Amino acid sequence: MKHTHRISLTVNGRPVETEVEDRLHLADFLRRELKLTGTHLGCEHGVCGACTVLVDGRAVRSCLMLAVQARGSDVTTVEGLAAEDGTLSPLQEAFREHHALQCGFCTPGMLTSLTAFLRDNPAPTDREVREAISGNICRCTGYQPIVAAALAATGDEAIEGEN
Amino acid sequence: MKSAPFAYHDPTTVHELMGLLADKENAKLLAGGQSLMPMLNMRYAMPDHVIDLNGVASLAGIVETDDAIEIGAMTRQCDLMAAAPANDRFPILAEALTQVGHFQTRNRGTVGGSLCHLDPSAELPCIAAATDARLAIRGPRGEREIAMADWPLAYMTPNLEADEALIGIRLPKRTALAGQAFLEFARRHGDFAIAGVAAMVSLEGETIEGASIAVAGVGSHPIRLREVEAALEGEPANEATFKAAAREARGIEAMSDAYVSGKYRQRLTGVLVERALTKAAARAREAA
Amino acid sequence: MGVRYFGAEVRRVEDPRLVTGKGRYVDDIELPGMLEAVMVRSTEAHARIRSIDAAAARALPGVHAVFTLQDFPAEYHDRPMVQPYPAPVLLQPTTQHPLARDEVCFVGQAIAIVVAETRHIAEDAAGLVAVDYEPLPAVVDCREAVKTDAPLAHAGSPDNIVARLRVAFGEVETAFADAAHVFEERFLQHRGGCHAMECRGVIAEDRPLHDGLTIVSATQCPYLVRRNVAAYLGRDEGRVRVVAPDVGGGFGPKAGVYAEEIVVPLAAAALGRPVKWIEDRREHFVTTNTQRDQEWTLEAAVDADGKLLGVRGRVIHDNGAFVPYGLLLPMTSLTPLPGPYAVPALDVAMDVVFTNTAPNSPIRGAGRPNAAFAMERLIARVARELDLDQAEVRRRNYVPADGFPYDTGQKFRDGSAIKYDSGDFEGCLDKVVELSGYAGFAERQAEARAEGRYLGIGVSSCIEDTGVGPYEGATVRVQPDGKVQIQTGAASQGQGHETMLAQVCADRLDVALEDIYVRAADTGAFPQGVGTIGSRVAVNASTAVFDAAESVRDKALQLAAERLEASVEDLEVEDGVIGVAGVPEMKVTYGELAKQLAPMAGGPLPKGFSPGLEATSYRTSEGMPTASGSNIAEVEVDIGTGEVRVLRYSVAHDCGKMINPMMVDGQIVGGVVHGIGNALFERLVYDEAGQPLNNNYGEYLLPIATEMPPIAVTHQETPSPFNPLGIKGAGEGGTIPATAAVVAAIENALEPFDVVIRSYPVSPEELCDLIEGGGASERSA
Repeated sequence: MKHTHRISLTVNGRPVETEVEDRLHLADFLRRELKLTGTHLGCEHGVCGACTVLVDGRAVRSCLMLAVQARGSDVTTVEGLAAEDGTLSPLQEAFREHHALQCGFCTPGMLTSLTAFLRDNPAPTDREVREAISGNICRCTGYQPIVAAALAATGDEAIEGEN
Repeated sequence: MKSAPFAYHDPTTVHELMGLLADKENAKLLAGGQSLMPMLNMRYAMPDHVIDLNGVASLAGIVETDDAIEIGAMTRQCDLMAAAPANDRFPILAEALTQVGHFQTRNRGTVGGSLCHLDPSAELPCIAAATDARLAIRGPRGEREIAMADWPLAYMTPNLEADEALIGIRLPKRTALAGQAFLEFARRHGDFAIAGVAAMVSLEGETIEGASIAVAGVGSHPIRLREVEAALEGEPANEATFKAAAREARGIEAMSDAYVSGKYRQRLTGVLVERALTKAAARAREAA
Repeated sequence: MGVRYFGAEVRRVEDPRLVTGKGRYVDDIELPGMLEAVMVRSTEAHARIRSIDAAAARALPGVHAVFTLQDFPAEYHDRPMVQPYPAPVLLQPTTQHPLARDEVCFVGQAIAIVVAETRHIAEDAAGLVAVDYEPLPAVVDCREAVKTDAPLAHAGSPDNIVARLRVAFGEVETAFADAAHVFEERFLQHRGGCHAMECRGVIAEDRPLHDGLTIVSATQCPYLVRRNVAAYLGRDEGRVRVVAPDVGGGFGPKAGVYAEEIVVPLAAAALGRPVKWIEDRREHFVTTNTQRDQEWTLEAAVDADGKLLGVRGRVIHDNGAFVPYGLLLPMTSLTPLPGPYAVPALDVAMDVVFTNTAPNSPIRGAGRPNAAFAMERLIARVARELDLDQAEVRRRNYVPADGFPYDTGQKFRDGSAIKYDSGDFEGCLDKVVELSGYAGFAERQAEARAEGRYLGIGVSSCIEDTGVGPYEGATVRVQPDGKVQIQTGAASQGQGHETMLAQVCADRLDVALEDIYVRAADTGAFPQGVGTIGSRVAVNASTAVFDAAESVRDKALQLAAERLEASVEDLEVEDGVIGVAGVPEMKVTYGELAKQLAPMAGGPLPKGFSPGLEATSYRTSEGMPTASGSNIAEVEVDIGTGEVRVLRYSVAHDCGKMINPMMVDGQIVGGVVHGIGNALFERLVYDEAGQPLNNNYGEYLLPIATEMPPIAVTHQETPSPFNPLGIKGAGEGGTIPATAAVVAAIENALEPFDVVIRSYPVSPEELCDLIEGGGASERSA
């Protein structure tokens, strides 16, 4: 039997109201129902971090949360990190500048994790950045350019939270 | 890797929660979801009902009473790390919590979830053992409180009936010794520990007045090394004493699995006990 | 013709879409009417299938079909998949049936496909398919499989031998007879899985009366998939289109052809609806090709000065349950064995064997990291026995800088000599010695020892044969609006090919990078291609782009000369505008010329010109450009816990001329981390019955940010004489030497305990045992 709940929430600043199946996790809701395919599923058991999104400003694994649990929340995905006019956030720019991505599959989770982390830790050390992304697996870059991008993005330009 | 179908329930009070627990067969309680959700996705768990505790507001929060720190079961790990009253008394909490998963999982993961999941390697049950925590459990027969020592019944099996829920834990202030240290050895940052040691020491001058040592990851549940603790009392807080404690600790009964042997876990226990005691004693001196 | 982009750290053109969540990976694609599929897989390592009962699954609402092999047309019932790389020496080229026929040979082998409205329902139904197995004896360890009395991985086969290979040259007997020293070593090597962060995925749509069969696949080799699937299905290649969209990492295994690339199209054809299948991570562990064990037994003949005279030995290679990829992996383990060293004589044989585990095919570096590990460990043994410095022993054995082209003594299949084109191995070593502070290490080590800390340093050198042919192609086309389109078969899985190819083209045409866009890896858009393996795309595809752009430029200049009534010699090009030198008003754009060359009905085509301002070229290198490098790892070992921390890591790398140094560094650093993962973390654990035990990211340990060292990279540029751009491949040179460097450093740190390491990944427990027990170890698989 199919169990559903009606939920309303805000995603990237836009209100959403819809019916979701109880068992649907948040990542599948974003990808399948809202077509926000920037949130990626890399392991679906909560280790790789590719599906990280911000729920009420906190970075969480969207494969480890039910869509129905996001009821009333404010969700930000990678699609919501740039400004409305498409201007990249300083962190997104820094990722380009420092070649912090190759295949791009882990990138959304890296960006959302670091967006929240840098908001709360505006002047981190190399080690602190590494700890912040220790729950995000990247097979391409060796992490070093991601750390460099995060440190560069903490420069004079303030990191925007969820915009 | 999609969960099997289930019905989702979201009580907002403990009373409602108790009603659902009494009513629903084959139900699972969903706390932070950092262990249950993977099990659902992988279909290792296939409950008919999932009862979400996140809406029960009264289950979250940290309260300091005269003799204890009381932590609600739904208190998130990230919030406990930042909570002053708990960490002033038990700085070992934050030290252990930084090693629990990653900041993204601590943003959802809860104290009660960790205690109920009862992974042998988990940090919070180990701290609960070291601090002689008391657990408050609510069920249809009312509320009962049990000692942490009586909480694990078997491997990953807490002393909890199907119609009961963990409400919170109480860390008695008297168990907070002056010097505290939590050390673990995991292959990578944030991994489940192969072995972990929570150690607390109080000193009278350079003499050990009291000690508490709990070991995670080595047995099927956290183990208090009471004989080692007793042997430390009255001894000088020096390298020889801690080495002797480590030798004794190494005799702990230890599990083997596909990745590491019991023998290696015993070795790690010895190494970590010595290092944790040394660190705890140094902190006790600083505090004095 | 000014060089603006070649050699510059150009920001990638791929990035804007990828940092905003607008990439388009296979799972992001949704076609109208699309259904979703889930595979039912073997839970047994080796069994006969007595029966399959899918009645309950078929009855579930939302399920459209459950197919076993018997449910597909009869012509497929006894047709195993096509061997993509047949070879005469393959004694048993066994490929699997796309769905198991009557026997399963590894956990994860596909048995049935369930197609439903949604993935969720398909998984519900898959759980209802009941397979009745009759278990058969399984063989899991390749060292057992090679024995004559071993259980057979395939019932009814004569033995477990896939092939017996041998590489031999020079006078080996004499070398050993004349040697001052002979050292024997045995190594057990294990490299784990590829773990691209995107798993595999396939979408198939069959419109037989319209465009034929379209397959979207997260593949490195769309043309191989087209060839293979068309052959299997008995279809015309021209009516099978394979598209690789954005692909989230490849690292080797996505270069193969998989059962799902056959089964999903068959299901789509049967149902008349598009069907999508997305591999989940647990499936990835057991069904995407891995690279498991190799046991090496080697002897080195050495003269009194530590110079290698000869190497001989035997290797056992675990090929897993099938032969999905010919002998490419075992061959690339053997032929690069001499590495940067002038080895005058060699004789090594390899038994390639079946086991009841996931099939194996190359992962980043293919067999080269294994060969490098074996050779570097032999060199380490020589240094230890003769008390030589790690750098010095290498200097004594390198092919000298004036020895190029260097004839290795080996031959290609066509009988021509395998030669190293160019290099300066000692120059690279000097650079990394400098970069790593090698000279000051002894002091650092002594200081640390005084505090009870154990530091170690490890040197490792390698070569990489890159740019394998036979070709890659490209069309460069100027459009009437002046934008330049590059079409190529070369697929990208994150390497940045769009940027790289655009850089080469922009310089050749003298247009802005922003005016170029690249369409790649769509067999419907470009007719022929090979694929992205073996660090070959820079060498092959950018040479083709270079060549095609040159032709386009020539054609444009010819036409411009006519139009402007000037001679070609007097023309100059800047930012897409062709002008007469010194006469600013005499100019024409590429776009205007393109328009002139593509008139509509009745319009005039310039006399003597073919239509279109475009050219197509297929190019390769004359031989395989040889990249090289030396690495130095510095580690600390905690002798209490056995924990190894890599403190710093230094690389000097030579891939000839670099098109984009930023992207080359990206390849190197990422590759090094993969190699460190192999050294310390990554192991696929199977139990004795062939059950995989750690098919999740909690227990299979990939390298993460906190465990990785700072990695410093420097370059030496020895241009390849084999291609006009002087380039060599760079995709795997980070990985190849890394494991050997880390292991050497651990050994160096634990010198006081006489620890010798002969297998990887190295576990802390193993190190503790070695420290306590002294002497050498060899892990039991």
